[in-house]
Amino acid sequence: MNLVLLLSTALSSIGTNKLRASLTLLGIVIGVSSVIAMMAVGRGAQVSVTARISDLGTDLITVRPGAQAQRFAFFGGGGNSDVLSLEDAFALKDDVFAPDVRLIAPENSFSGTAAFGAENTFVNGVGVTAEYLEARNLVIASGRNISNVDVENISTVAVLGSETSKTLFGQRDPVGVTIKISGREFTVVGVIKSQQGTIFNPDSSVIVPITTVHYRLNNEKGLPDSISVSSINVLATSESTVDDARLDIATVLRLRHELAADDDDDFQITTQQDTIETLEGTQGTFVILLGSIAGISLLVGGIGVMNIMLVSVTERTREIGIRRAVGAKRRDILLQFVTEAVLMTFGGGIIGVLTGWAIAYFGNGATVAGDVIETAIETHIAVIALVVSVAVGLFFGIYPAVRAASLNPIEALRHE
Amino acid sequence: MTTTASTRVTVPVIELSNVSREFRMGTHVVTALDGINLIIERGEMVAIIGPSGSGKSTLMNTLGCLDQPSSGSFMLNGQDVSDLSDDQLAETRSRQLGFVFQSYNLLPRETALSNVELPLKYAGGLSGYERRLAARTALDRVGLTERYDHLPMQMSGGEQQRVGIARALVQNPALILADEPTGNLDTNSSAEVIEMLRSLNEQDGKTIVVVTHDTEVAEAMKRIVVFRDGRIVDDRAVVHASADSNDNTTESNQ
Repeated sequence: MNLVLLLSTALSSIGTNKLRASLTLLGIVIGVSSVIAMMAVGRGAQVSVTARISDLGTDLITVRPGAQAQRFAFFGGGGNSDVLSLEDAFALKDDVFAPDVRLIAPENSFSGTAAFGAENTFVNGVGVTAEYLEARNLVIASGRNISNVDVENISTVAVLGSETSKTLFGQRDPVGVTIKISGREFTVVGVIKSQQGTIFNPDSSVIVPITTVHYRLNNEKGLPDSISVSSINVLATSESTVDDARLDIATVLRLRHELAADDDDDFQITTQQDTIETLEGTQGTFVILLGSIAGISLLVGGIGVMNIMLVSVTERTREIGIRRAVGAKRRDILLQFVTEAVLMTFGGGIIGVLTGWAIAYFGNGATVAGDVIETAIETHIAVIALVVSVAVGLFFGIYPAVRAASLNPIEALRHE
Repeated sequence: MTTTASTRVTVPVIELSNVSREFRMGTHVVTALDGINLIIERGEMVAIIGPSGSGKSTLMNTLGCLDQPSSGSFMLNGQDVSDLSDDQLAETRSRQLGFVFQSYNLLPRETALSNVELPLKYAGGLSGYERRLAARTALDRVGLTERYDHLPMQMSGGEQQRVGIARALVQNPALILADEPTGNLDTNSSAEVIEMLRSLNEQDGKTIVVVTHDTEVAEAMKRIVVFRDGRIVDDRAVVHASADSNDNTTESNQ
């Protein structure tokens, strides 16, 4: 039997029981469309996370205190401090030892409340120096930035994130107004322009001088140089010197912390590239997880095909006998049933791809449980899904087809 | 017998030599055919009769290349088919013989035309147009010109059986095997089918072998072979009242 005859025979057989064929198809449609939709959601998340991180600038390096793996920390860790101080931060701005570092911006985060009159709100507080905004790619919307004079004077001045400003003041300009941050009075000197949609959202933050956090909010003592920082933002001189800058930072900090050659670093240096890779790795796992869950429904659809094909073989035993009696070879019967199974899964695959694409297309930008879903449609996923659905048809169709082909024609003809 | 065979001018359509067929049922062996010798010449019209379990169905399956003898040889049109492969048997079924069944065995969801086309589809080599042409010719031959596009359920039993005959004819085989062709039919339809088979024999020169337990059908043939317990117990020519002058029945093979 040639291909055209084979296809027309299979199609007419499928057509004789349309309801059953559609239900079988539906299993594959659901499987394939969920694979497509899930992959689109997963890839969309991956792409948008990468884009947001890149928004921060790929020349940004973050240094945090603490060893990479803290597992053996209770053995003492060689007496090292595991703390980064403001002095450490300033030491990184060194033309001799760290020529590839352009800018340093230490920060010390705290959480507290900001209040104005009857309004108050939780804020992500950050103690900073004047370089912070540049390091974080942020700009002032109104008023001015925290200056290094503020830092020296331990001034009680604050710059508000746009959301914080809106919560406390509505549409009014808060510059010059006095607010209370964790009970202390601060003068608002500026507002940061909204950066909605980036991974680091400054909108609900309040930034104040790093010294003010230490001496006034935390009531700590000591010299300014000994102030501990939660992280140091470092900008490399350019994107291409990020790796050199990372080495500079490690060298300076190891020297300052008096680490022996075989001691591990007591700090962590993360470049944006590292963050992107880590997140992409996590997201990759997420995509695979989503894909696997969807893949299971495809598998279930495939089992449905097999089930129906087995029923079909039993029901059509006599037909198989007739075909064999008039000259069909085992191969003809085998091919007929495999073709039917593959046609069903392939048809289901095509409908599934279209449905999945529609879900991804119309679902793009939809809000689910407060999160905006972004989707990325990829053609190669669709091709893979189609190939897989054909493979599912082959895999689950072959056993019923072999059963059909191995029927004894005499017994098949006798079958009622 | 070998000497008589060598002197024949034409090769017999069917030549069974010492054919046995045994079935293993658990521990014991059932002998369905027990050393059958049977020659059917081209143009014969033979009824095979016998009680159920006599081996006539097994013989039919063997003649129809659906089954193979356990021992002995079966020459079909001079070709030994007793040890052909499954695929070769399918090929033989499709090209060298036509099968007519008691229950018609038409595909219920296909039209008369497409049922008749079926053997041609498996044989291959013809275009769709040629296949339909051949199928129409076969349906015309059995008088069903008006029924090309009817489904089996839209036709009477007699008409369905004629579609079955058309399907057996479509490859133009020398041999037509009919297994109880009138078993499901009323008297009138039976007579029609018998007449059709006779006409195929007399006008088209087809060799016809009919398995039946209906003595009326058997008497309508030209030769009757009687089976009992897997053996041939009688083999005789039928003398028709209308005195068929060209009766070429042979007496032989016990």
